[in-house]
Amino acid sequence: MSVLVSLDGLRVTYPRAAASALGPVTLDLHRGERLAVIGESGSGKSTLARAVVDLLPPGTRCEGHLRWADAPPAPGRDYGYVFQDPAASFDPVLSIGAQMVEVLRCHLPIGREAARARAIKLLARVRIPSPALALEGYPHQFSGGQKQRIAIALAIAAAPTLLIADEPTSALDTVVQAEIVALLALLVEADGMTLLFITHDIALASGLADQIAVVREGRLVEVGAAAQIISHPREAYTKALIAAHLDLATPPLIGAVP
Amino acid sequence: MKRAARLFRRRMLSSIPVLILVVVGTFLLIDNASGDAADAYLLAIGGGDAGYAEALRQDYGLDRPVWVRLGFYAWNLVHLDLGRSVTLNRPILDVILERLPVTLWLMGSAVALSFVLGSLLGIVAGARPGSGTDKALSVGSLALYSVPSFWLGLVLSVVFAVQLRWFPVSGIETIASGKTGLSRVGDVARHLVLPVASLAILYLALFLRLMRAGMAEVWRQDFVLAARARGVPRGRIVLRHVARNALLPLVTMLGLQAAGMLGGSVVIESVFGIPGFGRLAAEAVSGRDAPLLMGIILTSAVLVILVNLAVDMTYAALDPRVGASDAA
Amino acid sequence: MSVAARFARSPEGVAGLLLLALLASGALLAPLLFPGDPLSIVGRPLLAPFQQAGLPLGTDRLGRDVMAELFHGARASLIVGVSAAAVAILAGALVGTVAGFGGGMIDEALMRVVDAFQIVPGFLLALAFVSTIGPSLGVVVVAIALGAWTGPARLARAEVLSIRERDFVASARVLGMHPLEIALKEVLPLAMPPVLALTSVIVAGAVLTEAALSFLGLGDPNIVTWGTMIAEGRNVLRTAAWLSIVPGLGLVALVLGVYLFGEGLVEALSRREGQG
Repeated sequence: MSVLVSLDGLRVTYPRAAASALGPVTLDLHRGERLAVIGESGSGKSTLARAVVDLLPPGTRCEGHLRWADAPPAPGRDYGYVFQDPAASFDPVLSIGAQMVEVLRCHLPIGREAARARAIKLLARVRIPSPALALEGYPHQFSGGQKQRIAIALAIAAAPTLLIADEPTSALDTVVQAEIVALLALLVEADGMTLLFITHDIALASGLADQIAVVREGRLVEVGAAAQIISHPREAYTKALIAAHLDLATPPLIGAVP
Repeated sequence: MKRAARLFRRRMLSSIPVLILVVVGTFLLIDNASGDAADAYLLAIGGGDAGYAEALRQDYGLDRPVWVRLGFYAWNLVHLDLGRSVTLNRPILDVILERLPVTLWLMGSAVALSFVLGSLLGIVAGARPGSGTDKALSVGSLALYSVPSFWLGLVLSVVFAVQLRWFPVSGIETIASGKTGLSRVGDVARHLVLPVASLAILYLALFLRLMRAGMAEVWRQDFVLAARARGVPRGRIVLRHVARNALLPLVTMLGLQAAGMLGGSVVIESVFGIPGFGRLAAEAVSGRDAPLLMGIILTSAVLVILVNLAVDMTYAALDPRVGASDAA
Repeated sequence: MSVAARFARSPEGVAGLLLLALLASGALLAPLLFPGDPLSIVGRPLLAPFQQAGLPLGTDRLGRDVMAELFHGARASLIVGVSAAAVAILAGALVGTVAGFGGGMIDEALMRVVDAFQIVPGFLLALAFVSTIGPSLGVVVVAIALGAWTGPARLARAEVLSIRERDFVASARVLGMHPLEIALKEVLPLAMPPVLALTSVIVAGAVLTEAALSFLGLGDPNIVTWGTMIAEGRNVLRTAAWLSIVPGLGLVALVLGVYLFGEGLVEALSRREGQG
């Protein structure tokens, strides 16, 4: 597999912050790979995702190198980005249809009607019930899971080759989480996209990714094939993460009334 | 629009007790404290003997207890009767309705002008928070906002009316000019330029600052980043998303400013000698015409309620979230 | 970094502080620099500025020293502005605290009163109040406060509503403290900081309202204010415009100083890490 982007000693410092939030990190992302970046909150994993596609707030300092095999990817067209909080990823006063048509027409030379038709197909693809009706709806009228599906539809609207999902399920409840992960897996598989998946949940990562990178306090702890990291973690921290997860994710015996 | 109708009904109902409070409060303040409309009337007609004053007091019901008078007043109000002006000796409602249109024109043009220009400049400033343009517009608008409107009116009239003679110094139209039709409209418009400008400059500064602050707030929201990540061009994000969302609090502010604007019309109309609603308030004060002053205060309260109602309706139309969670 | 240090880094705040310091020292020194009644006649009427050494800003229509009036006017504006704002904020905070802490019918009733005050134009209310009771410094202060206390009241209520659910309030109740005592001693002090952030806007508004009232002839007749000076000068606007313009510049400087100072203070107090 050829390298899509390589991070070489990348270090990120936010404006007015004393210490750097990330790095230095050295890491390669290959074409067609599904890489999960795992870490606790505040470990710098989201910073890593944003740094890769230049979505950091203005005034943020980036040192080191970020080398793309081709030109840096254009937002929306070459990469799609799914954010953690689906409630905060839509303009609250515009209809879903207006926002989808806007994004589609930014990338494709099509008219309003064609864009609408395409939006309906996209919504059907992420399994939004009655997609034509959904276009008329406003963000607040959808549940968190539905909003995240729509956000995914928007991310893949222009058929990007790279999909970045930044904790796409941590604002959702467990059942919905599983559905969203399944949807992501399906879409990545079908479209042959490269996936960069940011999560704090090692179980989700193991189900979705073929590569895992563990991040702690801005540093890379270990990288490797998913199966190997899960079954034979080298670092104590990774072991602890896996152990902690097993404790928490063991199905509760009491209170699990369906 | 079921949502809007529901909102409308609820707002109308909730403003009734507030309006009753205003009636009682103003009545107790003005009628009770100023005491004697009879004295004021005698003063206005040039005096009279004690017997006549007593007769007048009975006429006005001033010999009755205050609650009885309040009852009478409220009863008349229900029948849209605001009483008679002491100094003008005419029904107060007639006088107010005669004076109101000029003021509404004055306010309306000033607000329209300042809202459009102010929000446009606010967008320019808020498009790049922290830039040089932003800083300059921010400080400039703060300076403008510090200028008292009546003093600005005087300065403008010294420069543009007295020195340059571009516009008339005062009044609403040239007296006895015999102008009709379009030329009369033009004449009135020329008279309104300076007063509208003095008010509009102040509100322009206000709207600019609000728009700028609102945009800074919206920039911090995640959906702007999401739009960027989806490849929406910057200019489009500024106009269609950031500015549009920042416009919402501006619309609310329009309602909140209604009371302030009516108050401001008093000084501006006094400066420019415009025979409007605000000028009427000043006349009522100087003529010690208590019933007229009360009528003016009540009318302005009703106007403020109506403006806020209109603003709420506009807001509901602009923001799909309003009233969505209400039960029917 | 301390608040003072952060304030010093804000150019707006420093400029505002300098303006205010200048005006306040002028106001404080007025009786020393210009002893005696500023309303007394000192020279030929309508003397233009920079004509006579002792009277740098000339004289008004009645031959009074404009410079002396200007300094004494600063005093009146500052006193009225600050005291009206203090009354408005205190009254508003009290009403808001009682409403928020009392809840239920008390809250409902008090908030309707707040609504009533908000739909009546504050300036008309001030006009009515001063004209019925008679113009004096105290009455003018109260009249201005009448139109300005609702903002602090709403804000204080909102703050109190969030504070009253905290544990220490519950424990004070358990200890048997009187609700009013809890409200005023425990809750009010905590609710004050955001309310105090309104100070600059309220002071500026009070200064402008006072000027407008005295411009319309409803100020205390025994005191020089910038508003009365502007109104006085208006009679000779065509020939001696400076008589109106100069005190107006004073007003602009004072109000701008207050706003700038407030802006700098809010900036220094806000802990939010802004982007960009």
